[in-house]
Amino acid sequence: MCLAVPGKIVEIEENDGLQMAKVDFGGIFREACLDYVPEAKVGDYCVIHVGFAISLLSEKEAMETLDLLKQITNFEEELGPEPGAAPA
Amino acid sequence: MKYVTEYRDAALVKGVIEEIRRTVTRSWTIMEICGGQTHAIVRHGIDQLLPPEIELVHGPGCPVCVTPLELIDKALEIASRPDVIFCSYGDMLRVPGSSRDLFSVKAQGGDVRVVYSPLDAVKLAKANPDKQVVFFAIGFETTAPPNVMSAMQAKRLGLENYSILVSHVRVPPAVAAILGSPTNRVQGFLLAGHVCAVMGYHEYPPLVEQFNTPMVVTGFEPLDIVQGILETVRLLEAGNVEVFNAYQRAVTLEGNIPAQKMIDTVFMEVDRKWRGIGTIPMSGWDLRPEFDQFNAEKRFQVETITADESPLCIAGQILQGMKKPHDCSAFGNECKPEHPLGATMVSSEGACAAYYRYARVKP
Repeated sequence: MCLAVPGKIVEIEENDGLQMAKVDFGGIFREACLDYVPEAKVGDYCVIHVGFAISLLSEKEAMETLDLLKQITNFEEELGPEPGAAPA
Repeated sequence: MKYVTEYRDAALVKGVIEEIRRTVTRSWTIMEICGGQTHAIVRHGIDQLLPPEIELVHGPGCPVCVTPLELIDKALEIASRPDVIFCSYGDMLRVPGSSRDLFSVKAQGGDVRVVYSPLDAVKLAKANPDKQVVFFAIGFETTAPPNVMSAMQAKRLGLENYSILVSHVRVPPAVAAILGSPTNRVQGFLLAGHVCAVMGYHEYPPLVEQFNTPMVVTGFEPLDIVQGILETVRLLEAGNVEVFNAYQRAVTLEGNIPAQKMIDTVFMEVDRKWRGIGTIPMSGWDLRPEFDQFNAEKRFQVETITADESPLCIAGQILQGMKKPHDCSAFGNECKPEHPLGATMVSSEGACAAYYRYARVKP
């Protein structure tokens, strides 16, 4: 129910007093209301839930988290297989 | 950066699970509160990839599951009226009330429509001035901003034929109820990322302190979930009792302020009954009196209905992390997604429905 999907804003226009965007979900386009993320602009990625943007995604934070997790995985590769593990 | 595929990288997920394996030294019971996360965990088999020391139990964060039977019966009564167009999110249509569901109301001629957004229901009200349009406004904090905006928008447009049937619940009182129970066995929490995107996570440090239980704000992709589990295990193993935000790309401490302001304008905190659990004080929202004209319960004067649950069903214990779906004798027998006996089998996000769909049997 609280499922929300990241999408990219491709157009913004006003409709019935609401800021409405055309949002690209990897090639599928839906309408979403931007009133809760008034700072959003065309090209930004937002988390969209039932036709509303609820959060503007931070690329900086996203990259930092991914880098951190990649370090964990590389750490494992550097250590090599566990002692006693069967050769691959 | 597409914010999806990066978080479904199998090698990274495996690497993080290995790190969990290296970090864990003893048994821990961790609850994911959100039904969307329950579904993702079982679908991707994350529960089966974790080291045996980690047990995941599944919380009450499925709004379709916890909507009380009485309210579904009210929805069915309103939806049956000839002058009503009844709008709902799709997952509520199959949920049985005492004797039928919204699908059967539709089959008997009721005008029941599935909408993607509550604004679609407002559009229907504008286009059908001779009909009463009612929207079934269920959900947690994530869904509250869209639902309240529909009432606000109807007010702005001067629509007199739009109302919402509200069954809104909040996460923090449920967390407090679970941790405060004498039978609680949850030692760490994965907090629902999208609830926190709206509300921030400033409501949780007092709960962490009161119940001495660490909590980690967690997203929904497989990598987000294993990262949330890793951070929870790290806090537990180090004896650090705090809140950690593992979903920083979408969540800030303070949350979405414009959304919180709109919720506070339209909704007030009320006691709510949770299907399978019972009444939790101040655990939900309802329309403020200034918005009575948009309150479907007041507009249609539906009588208070009392309904009984199946005596076989143990959904209440499952929703509080005390039991697992396969501990129930009715699971997969009398109780299946096609004819659910209780809360956790009614929605695909319910723990029983997820276990049934992905064939989790008793170990």
